[in-house]
Amino acid sequence: MAVGFLALVALPYWIPGIYYLNVASQILFYAIFALGLNILVGYGGLVSLGHAGLFGIAAYATGYLLQSGFGHSFAILSALVLGMASMALYAVLSLRTTGIGFIMITLALGEILWGLAYRWISITNGDNGISLHGRPAPFGFDINSAASFYYTTLVVFLIAVVSVAIFVRSPLGAALMGTRDQPRRMNALGYHVWAIRFWACMFSGLLTSAAGILFVYYTQFISPQTLALTSSAEVLLMVISGGAGTLFGPIVGAALVVIVKNVVSGFIERWNMLLGAIFVAIVILMPEGLVPGTARLWRLAWRKKMSTGAKAEAKP
Amino acid sequence: MSALTVSTLSKAFGGLHVTRGVNLDVQPGERRLIIGPNGAGKTTLFNLITGEITPDSGTVALFGQDITRVPSRRRPHMGMARTYQIITLFPRDTIIHNVSLALLGLSQLRWNPLIDMKRQGHIAERAFESLKRVGLGHIAERPLAQTSYGERRRVEIAMALAQNPKVLLLDEPFAGLSIDERRDVHQLLLSIPRDVTMVMIEHNMDVALEFAERITLLHFGEVIVEGTRAEVVADPRTREVYLGH
Repeated sequence: MAVGFLALVALPYWIPGIYYLNVASQILFYAIFALGLNILVGYGGLVSLGHAGLFGIAAYATGYLLQSGFGHSFAILSALVLGMASMALYAVLSLRTTGIGFIMITLALGEILWGLAYRWISITNGDNGISLHGRPAPFGFDINSAASFYYTTLVVFLIAVVSVAIFVRSPLGAALMGTRDQPRRMNALGYHVWAIRFWACMFSGLLTSAAGILFVYYTQFISPQTLALTSSAEVLLMVISGGAGTLFGPIVGAALVVIVKNVVSGFIERWNMLLGAIFVAIVILMPEGLVPGTARLWRLAWRKKMSTGAKAEAKP
Repeated sequence: MSALTVSTLSKAFGGLHVTRGVNLDVQPGERRLIIGPNGAGKTTLFNLITGEITPDSGTVALFGQDITRVPSRRRPHMGMARTYQIITLFPRDTIIHNVSLALLGLSQLRWNPLIDMKRQGHIAERAFESLKRVGLGHIAERPLAQTSYGERRRVEIAMALAQNPKVLLLDEPFAGLSIDERRDVHQLLLSIPRDVTMVMIEHNMDVALEFAERITLLHFGEVIVEGTRAEVVADPRTREVYLGH
């Protein structure tokens, strides 16, 4: 883990060119988004198909406020507050049910937000979207360059990873996983299942909003396409392909999707098909996701090696 | 004051009346057995008592306090615990984690998103004590997926006991157990002190009759016989609808 951390910190010094550094920044903020969704999908058993809408609300709020002449600090804080308030409403509406019902409600809410982004032209500028000019300078640190933006994203990413790691080890995290596995039993043990899920949604919303703000600062543009169902499905695939309910799975999944979209697509015209084939392969070979699947194969190989070694030693 | 009082409790699902005006009065420390043929409404009665199902009419009182409208999640905090006919545990976790969740359910710590659950020594100690009580202390760290059916039954009971209930509802605790496991669970139930009132649904009459002081016979959602063990066994209606001739 320490090696990974050092590699991330030293990345701008060894990665070949600004383009790849920007890809790394994208991986980090999509990983934050995927970590946020994983709170619900992996730890809460609640599959949301409308998270791109929440991601978009934070991005649009930032863009709109900056365009209206507000400062960066105000825009960022307001976007976080609006993102969380939207998540609260989203949770109240969607947590009336679970399973397929939850998926359908979140899908519908995501589509409503996408429709609003298209049609509420006075706020969103419709299909033309909102363009930004410049990035903030937190504590006088200019983040306009690729390297400085990468480091800013890395700091937020590390905070997100640590906060998720703390949460899943905590009693509230254990309670959330309990509601995923046996909600009826959790209720009978004295837990308020709805409230636990609600707070999980709020944590998920915080990470999603943070990712949305980083996204709009990175692209300096936001349009309705960001809120589309395909965006929600894409981040869900990041979570599932990497390993839902694991800390590092969504990060690996985000890296996979972003690299195929941005790097492999430069070499393979039909990169969508390749991405699809990779997902099919993951589902068949490692249905639990890349991270837990690799760990399983590693353990199997290790056991095989140990038993082969023991047999060889037993032979005279 | 009665430990548990159920008054004219009724519940219908559409045209099907599963509980019809049931009355139950269980004294503190009593061992009450609920029997009846399949479909008599025994588990539904438990679900009504624990609040998992809302009754159409009637009341439920715990030590004199009307809890009919109290949400089911609040009832464990008031001293009511239950086990399930179909084992309902957390299969991805260890045995001790299952019991720790039961303890955490009654603690304010359950809302804490910052502390490390594994470092809560007092929770782990109490969970371990509960497991020792049911004879599972030696396998406390074993994943639940690697335990036998009988061990899981005992985990269910350990979780209920960990919450220090005043009233414990046991839904067929001997179901699916081998003879040895049945004997172990029976001994375990006999060892529970008298400050815990117990109401048990059970079909296995050998062990159940030994456990029960008073018996309630349900048939088509109605109480048709109630009394001491001897009275109910001797009643011809019991033989007719349940024990057979």
